Formats: sequence, structure tokens, C-alpha cells
Amino acid sequence: MAALQRLILPAKLTDRLSTGWLNFAVLFLILLPLVIGAGLVIKSLPLLEQASIGTMLHSAEFSPQQGHFGFYAFIMGSVWVTLLSFVLSAPVCLLAAIYLTEYSPQWLTQSMYFVIDVLAGIPSVVYGVWGVLVIVPLLADYVAPALGLTTTGYCLLSGGIVLAIMAVPYMLNMLMEVFRSVPIELKEASLSLGATYWETIKWVVLKKGLTGIIAALSLGISKALGETIAVLMVVGNVAKVPKSVFDAAYPLPALIANNYGDMMSVPLYDSALMFAALLLFVIILVFNSITSFFLYRIKEQ
Amino acid sequence: MSNSSTIIDQVQQVNGGEAGATSGAFPNTSVQTSDSPILQIRDFNVQAGDTRILKDIHLDIPKGKITVLLGPSGCGKTTLLKCLNRLSDLHPSLKVKGQILIDGEDIFHPTQDLTTIRQKMGLLSQRPFPLPMSIYKNIAYGLKIKGIRDKKVVKEKVEKHLRDVGLWEEVKDRLHGPAARLSIGQQQRLCLARGLAVGPEIILADEPTSALDPISSRKIEEEFLRLKEDYTLIVVTHILRQAKRLADHIVFMYFGEIIEQGTPDEIFNHPKSDILKQYLQSGH
Repeated sequence: MAALQRLILPAKLTDRLSTGWLNFAVLFLILLPLVIGAGLVIKSLPLLEQASIGTMLHSAEFSPQQGHFGFYAFIMGSVWVTLLSFVLSAPVCLLAAIYLTEYSPQWLTQSMYFVIDVLAGIPSVVYGVWGVLVIVPLLADYVAPALGLTTTGYCLLSGGIVLAIMAVPYMLNMLMEVFRSVPIELKEASLSLGATYWETIKWVVLKKGLTGIIAALSLGISKALGETIAVLMVVGNVAKVPKSVFDAAYPLPALIANNYGDMMSVPLYDSALMFAALLLFVIILVFNSITSFFLYRIKEQ
Repeated sequence: MSNSSTIIDQVQQVNGGEAGATSGAFPNTSVQTSDSPILQIRDFNVQAGDTRILKDIHLDIPKGKITVLLGPSGCGKTTLLKCLNRLSDLHPSLKVKGQILIDGEDIFHPTQDLTTIRQKMGLLSQRPFPLPMSIYKNIAYGLKIKGIRDKKVVKEKVEKHLRDVGLWEEVKDRLHGPAARLSIGQQQRLCLARGLAVGPEIILADEPTSALDPISSRKIEEEFLRLKEDYTLIVVTHILRQAKRLADHIVFMYFGEIIEQGTPDEIFNHPKSDILKQYLQSGH
């Protein structure tokens, strides 16, 4: 077989060809976000020529018919719903990952992997429906009244809860990999110095896995930031800056998904939606740059 | 059988008690003190599933000496070593039976305070595993666990133990740099200093030079010979020449059993069993 191959293509040529293909594949993947970004910029140019970026970022007034395009409420909607989901899911995932990798019996860890796979495989629209049927009434009929508040249930908190649950399989899976990759000899070293198991986890395992933990948590945030359908089903979609977690909000992905293709007769509307997509793109870009910077700093130390 | 062994135990425990009382003031002054066991291993068995990893181990580790556990890979040397400070607890599948006594106390007794036991023994593993922190903090870590937080004391101890292992001059200008940047040989000496900082009585070394170059290995060996004035050392190795250079007492193990033990002269020049003779000839 090898001899036949040698006859048709000399080894050196195959080698060079495969290197070329590999380079091409990598180049293509690097160019992909650039192409998407450039496309969004071009499409939002008509709006950018009419209105200043400053007012669009600061103003919360969004009424395309009057020509007011303020994105502040949408940006805040996205930021708050993401933060909320992060606060709800990250600590639980971190503690669960520590338990599952350091303490729990083998069968529990194995069955958890199965649960993670199932959770990751459920389509987001199903999470959305579940949110509408369970979380929304729960908040409207029980939680808010218990706190002396009123809400429709379609609010930031519902979005945050649904997103938190959706982010769990991704974060948990990656965090478990991070903790499993800490060498057992490192734990032995700490234990043999007289540290308790918990001290070892706190001071050695968490520290050794810090870069991985940051990467896992930022994956969860990226996931929450970009999630569309499940959020827009429960978050209320009112273009106002939310003042509490029981207020409705309108994240950027929901704005695009709800309106694209519908309101195209309004001048500049499609350009405004492209600008919303561009904003989302920039937020994710900035966020990932910040985490990369932190990871770089930690590795340097 | 069991009767006679308990009598021996008692006699040895009495000896051990006397040794403990005198050795503090006059270390290694009498032959009896240095010969009395610091560790007594009795009817010790370890099993993983159906495989018996250690079979009826009965062994005394003499105080203030270097005991070498010799034998081919997979003979249970490392398992025995890790049972001594109960790192075997990390592997729930291992079933342990029998006793290991330190100063007359059973290490495997359910009410035993693990952290105290472990602080009596410093561990040096096959490859160096510096903690993910600075050189300084690697040594201060054990002190922090012991509750020593006075910065001046910590600083003095860090310097002392880095000098002990001959690392101070090499690292004194980058104490707060990451330990992972040191060479492998330096890392291994750092790990030794880290273990010394918690004030152990015994140093457990599991093939401590197997990842090192010859010069670094030699430094570790020289360090061991110096350390036996203050500590008891137990060194696992499969290198015959290393055993010859280091050992006061050699324990030859094969498939989970102790085949022979004795002085280097007895083991190398007058081996009794065929297994040991073969092992010596094959020259591992």
C-alpha cells in the first residue's frame, strides 16, 4: 500500500501538499470572524452615516418610525441577563465540579457525565418553553408576592435562570476536565506537608487550575451572551432599561430575532438590526480579549 | 506466632521509647539509640481487587539511617512507601490490613490525626512537583499549614531550608519568581527543602533521581547522606549502584514480598535467595 502510494505521489510532495492544506484550513478559520465583522460593519454603515455612535450607545429611546435609534436599553438587557445567569450558575458549577472530581464516588461522576450530555443536547427552544411553563408562573405567583412585589413573570430573573441552566453543562463539563487534569502527585505533595484535603483544594488545586477555570467560566458567559430563543421567550422584550430583576428586559439577540424580516419598510431599520448584531459582536470580542489578557498574565507568572 | 510477635513488638516499643527520650538531647550517641526502629510495620497487607500488592510485610525501619527499598518495578515498593504516610487513602480501591507504628502509634488507626502523621514524614516523589506558586511560597506553604505566620520566622526558615539543600545561592535573587521556572534538578531540591520545612522525622523518597541528570542526582544523593545525621530516610530505588552508595540497610522486595534484608555487604556480597542473586546479576 505504502509502496503504491510512493509510486503515485512522492512522499515529499504529499508532505508539502498536506502542509498547504493545513495552513489553508487555519487561515480560513482565522478569516471567518473578520469576514463576519466586516459584513456587519458594511451593513450598518447607512445608520452610522445618519446617527452618531455616542448617542446610539447612550440613548435608551428606540423608536425607528421617528428615527430614534438608542441601543442603551438593549445593551443593558444583554449585560444584566448575562451577569445574572453567571452569578446563578458559576458558583454552583464550581462547587459541583470540585465535588464530582475530588470527593464523589465513581458511579456518581459517571452518571453526571450522562446528565451533562443530556442537558447539552436539549434544544434551546425546549428550555424556553420550560421557562414559560415553570419559571414564569413561579416568579409571578410565588416568589415576587412573597417579597411584596408584582411582576408578570416575564422578566430579567426568568431569563437569568433559564440561561443559567443552559450554561451549566458547558461550564460543568469543562471545569471537571480542568480539575481532573491536576496531577495527583501535586495533591500528594500538599497532603504530605500536612495540609487537609480542603486546604489542598483551596490552595493548590484551584490555583493550578486557575487558567482553566477562567476559560470555563468565560465560555459560560459567551454562551449566555449569545443565546437567543430561550431568553426572548421569557424575558419580556420591553425596550426599557430594567431597574430590578423583576422588570422586563430586551437583550440584543432577542431584538434581532424578533424584528429581522418584519419591519423592513421602516427606513434604516435593517441597518439598525445589523448595528445591534455588530454591538453584540464587539461585546464578545472585547470580553474575549479581556479574558485572553488575564490568561496570558497568569501564565506569565 | 502471633504471641511471639507481640512480645517482640513490646520489647521494641520499650526500646523505641528510650530512644525517643535520649535522642532529643544526644542524637546518635549510643549504638542502641541509632539501631532502634522509628517505624514498625506489622502483618501489613495491601490488596487492589483480587491482586495482592503487598503480602505480610514485617519490617523495622532503623532510626537515623538510610533504608533502601530495592526491587524491580511493580514489586510494591512505592505502594509501601505511600502507605507510610497514608497517601494510600487517595485510592479508595486499595484495601489495607495490618499495622504501621510510628513512635508506638498505629498510623492506620481510625482516630489517628492524619495531618500530624504526615508532617512527621517528608515526601520526595519520582518527578518534582513544585506547588503552583513562587519559590518562597513553596517553602512557606508547609509553615502556613502548621500555623506559623510570623513573617520574620517564615523568612528565616525559607532561607535556612534553601541553604540546607544548597539551593539558596542559586535562587536568592528570584525567590518570588515561579517555582516552575527552575530546572528539574533545582525543582527536586526545592521539593526536598519544602518537605524539610515542616520539620519531619522521616524522609520518604520514591525513586527521587529517576527524572534527573547525573549531576543533579549526585547532588540529591550527597544531600541524603548529610541529612541522615538529623533524619531517618527511606529511599525507594531500582538502581543497584544508588542503593550501594546510600544504604545502611537494604530491603529487597519482589512481587509484594520482602525476600531478603540486611546491610549492603550482606545483600550485595552474600545474597541468600536465588531471586536476589538473579536480580543482582541482571544489573538493574
